[in-house]
Amino acid sequence: MDVVDIARWQFGIITVYHFLFVPITIGLSAIIAIFETMWIRTNNPTYLRLTKFFGKLFLINFAIGVVTGIVQEFQFGMNWSDYSRFVGDVFGSFLAIEGLLAFFMESTFLGLWIFGWDKLPRWMHAGCMWLVHIGTLLSSYFILAANSWMQHPVGHSYNPETGRAELTDFWAVMFNKVQVVAFPHVVAACYLTGGAFVLGVSAWLHLRRRTKDEDRPMYLTGVRISAWIVLVAGLGTAITGDFQGKVMTEVQPMKMAAAEGLYETSDSCAPFSVFTVGTPDGKHEKFAVTVPCLLSFLGTGTFDGKVEGINPLREKYAAEYGTDPGATYYHPSDYVPVIPVTYWSFRFMIGLGMGAAAGAALLLWALRGGRRPRSRWWSWLALSLPFAAVFANSFGWIFTEMGRQPWVVYGLMTVDNAVSPGVSVGEALTSLLVLTSLYAVLAVIEFGLLIKYVKAGAEPFVEPPDPSLRSSGDSDDDDAPLTFAY
Amino acid sequence: MELTTLWFILIAVLWIGYFTLEGFDFGVGMLLPVLAKNDTERRVMINTIGPVWDGNEVWVLVAGGATFAAFPEWYATLFSGFYLPLLAILVALIVRGLAFEYRHKRPEAHWQANWDRAIIYGSLVPAFLWGVAFANIVRGVPIDESFEFTGSTLTLLNPFGLLGGVVTTLLFLTHGAMFIALKTDGDIRHRARALAVRLGATAAVAAAAFMVWTQAITGTTNSAVAFVLAGLTLVTGLVAAARGREGWAFTGTFVTIGFAVSGLFLALFPDVMPSTTDAANSLTATNAAATAYTLKVMTWVALVFTPIVIGYQAWSYWIFRKRIATHHIPTPELAGQGAGQR
Ligand code: HDD
Ligand code: HEM
Ligand code: HEM
Repeated sequence: MDVVDIARWQFGIITVYHFLFVPITIGLSAIIAIFETMWIRTNNPTYLRLTKFFGKLFLINFAIGVVTGIVQEFQFGMNWSDYSRFVGDVFGSFLAIEGLLAFFMESTFLGLWIFGWDKLPRWMHAGCMWLVHIGTLLSSYFILAANSWMQHPVGHSYNPETGRAELTDFWAVMFNKVQVVAFPHVVAACYLTGGAFVLGVSAWLHLRRRTKDEDRPMYLTGVRISAWIVLVAGLGTAITGDFQGKVMTEVQPMKMAAAEGLYETSDSCAPFSVFTVGTPDGKHEKFAVTVPCLLSFLGTGTFDGKVEGINPLREKYAAEYGTDPGATYYHPSDYVPVIPVTYWSFRFMIGLGMGAAAGAALLLWALRGGRRPRSRWWSWLALSLPFAAVFANSFGWIFTEMGRQPWVVYGLMTVDNAVSPGVSVGEALTSLLVLTSLYAVLAVIEFGLLIKYVKAGAEPFVEPPDPSLRSSGDSDDDDAPLTFAY
Repeated sequence: MELTTLWFILIAVLWIGYFTLEGFDFGVGMLLPVLAKNDTERRVMINTIGPVWDGNEVWVLVAGGATFAAFPEWYATLFSGFYLPLLAILVALIVRGLAFEYRHKRPEAHWQANWDRAIIYGSLVPAFLWGVAFANIVRGVPIDESFEFTGSTLTLLNPFGLLGGVVTTLLFLTHGAMFIALKTDGDIRHRARALAVRLGATAAVAAAAFMVWTQAITGTTNSAVAFVLAGLTLVTGLVAAARGREGWAFTGTFVTIGFAVSGLFLALFPDVMPSTTDAANSLTATNAAATAYTLKVMTWVALVFTPIVIGYQAWSYWIFRKRIATHHIPTPELAGQGAGQR
């Protein structure tokens, strides 16, 4: 193992781990803000109880999203210092702007939301959660702009004197055509995930025998709202994913070929395989289920469009970039990502995500009119939805990132040139082992907490103090215990 | 003014924001076993920083990101060079951040005791290591002609670096005690104030030694002025604390840390990371900088959004301005309500 391998493993593990919590944060903050707003508008205690219940689960998740984000911010400098030198001018500014615009907003207003129940008027309190949500969207926008630039570098010029990519057009990077399709896709995927989380938990609690009967209508409200969110967001991910496919075929044809494991160019009506058993090199197919012409449609928008294959593309890339992109690390002329990884991660992304949406439709139907089907199967289905959605996200990222190998910045810099030259194997390995074992422990702790608080269910209704109704002299409240305390 | 100089100043401002704000969070965390006599008092302490610690921490994230953007070479050399200490800081910040959120989530004593430990060490380690890191930045480290750090972790643990760590730890301890005195009521408030004065006296001695040493290595007139002001404000703060003026006392340590960090950056300028191998290899505010275009974009963003951020952070401090005392802490049954319900 050399430093490149270790650094890649660390980046992959640490980032995928961060993105287990991110989509829940983004989706759930919106749903909680909706619940709280509904409570203010209708005064219906159901919505307040849902707000508080999911708020508690949200905080458990958010905390771990924040602390794993800290590592993200610094690991570019630690493990990828030559990358940082090369792209700092473009990439660094987006990271910095993300922090200034988004992270301050998320953290400050979440603090106000957590501790502000007895200090802020109701509308302001709900507004804090909306601002947290807007913060998460800003955060996504800027980090995805940075990532899209790596997928399709625009708005910069290479300066041979300094040996780095230098920003020439900020707005070109902001509205990069990859970014314009990736942002809606990721955000839709996050709403799907947040919805699946609320749906899974509410449906499970509704179905559970131990739940008090008077609480079931409340959970059913949660089921209805979240199931619709999942369905709409599912449609959104499919449509935006389709747009992404077109852009990807245009800017990274190799990734589309790798997504299908298409070795030779298909002039028209390329089929999309749902499932294949064969040899890993794609030469011998043993068994496959295919949908005719679907790949052509995904890539080009017409059923008889031409999709280029891996072998011709490899030669084309070799002619364009030279035969030795990754100097020491990759085999010469190796512009081909790891095909089984791209092939299967693409399918798992679509399968698990769309599966979650289908599950939402099923549950909506099974629980219609407050029904409570006896079969345990429904509870298991409910609980599996959040996992399916979260892992769909992971596979989406694994596909996107692995599909652009060997590039770290597409067409400009290969991964092996990006790593820190001064970091030793011992240091890199220490960091990998320390962080992964710490993360493993944290996963157990956070999961245990989530289970405990899901099982406990929503708390009984307590009218929260309304500071806007308080007389101006408010001193009599000064000695009352805090509504919320750590 | 040159944009590179402006960004040097803005990076300094971000670090000042970080150390003045997160400084007291670290202090409160480290003092947890010292000041609190029982669990309720521990919770009083934690709740004084509860709503604000995360917002304070973002200052370091933005400082890191802004360094990446404005001085990519500095970001690359610094973070890949100071690898293991930085890893230790990251681990500490992770467990500490989670501890605030998770500590009260279970009633078991050993659960809470473990998270208390996470808060204590998670505050101590960064408080100390940031000091070591900054002392080494100012002193200079071995850097070769391709701007790579060539030393090891042991290079950083030199006497000057270690003294820097001791100074930041002591200053943050004092700052944290002042904050507790300002934000709590009852018995703990008085203990915190008394402790702050004693800690502050020790911090003053260590800081004075460190500042004189810094002046000897790389000082300028400007940095000397900043260090003297830091000393004066620290003494003023301690006198105010001794007289029971907690607001002034806290302002005193707040400004002290601000001047001390300014002093370090003034001593550093125009270098950002001097090389002890060969002065020609030093990273400076010009050779480490991003292009003028990037700096211009970032300047606009910073000019528009920094005041907004400071505005809403200040508002959140205003909302949570009240002192907290033991009777404000809800009983454990209340806090863990959901779990007991079944
Ligand atoms: C699509 C969205 C997205 C993506 C791709 C990433 N993140 Fe993230 N990140 C978020 C969306 C997000 C968030 C929703 O804003 C989080 C999640 C939980 C949270 O508290 O905020 C967050 C938290 C978070 C934090 C802590 C902020 C705080 O203290 O409040 C940092 C420093 C980062 N992230 C940095 C990164 C970096 C450097 C990434 C790239 C490798 C990255 N994130 C990928
Ligand atoms: C949060 C969602 C993300 C996930 C889950 C993710 C996942 C991954 C994965 C699986 C790899 C491949 C690791 C390998 O090749 O072995 C990778 C590589 C990489 N990604 Fe991402 N990524 C995410 C977002 C980003 C973003 C937003 C950026 C930049 C802003 C980024 C920058 C990189 C870099 C620099 C590499 C190169 C290192 C490498 O190839 O290992 N990633 N990422
Ligand atoms: C029919 C359904 C879908 C299609 C056609 C689709 C298509 C795509 C494509 C083509 C990419 C790669 C973009 C690139 O690398 O340039 C991608 C990435 C991604 N997908 Fe999907 N997707 C679908 C469903 C989903 C679902 C359901 C989820 C999650 C719940 C999801 C999450 C992601 C994520 C997180 C990424 C990586 C970020 C990015 O590059 O945008 N996708 N998807």
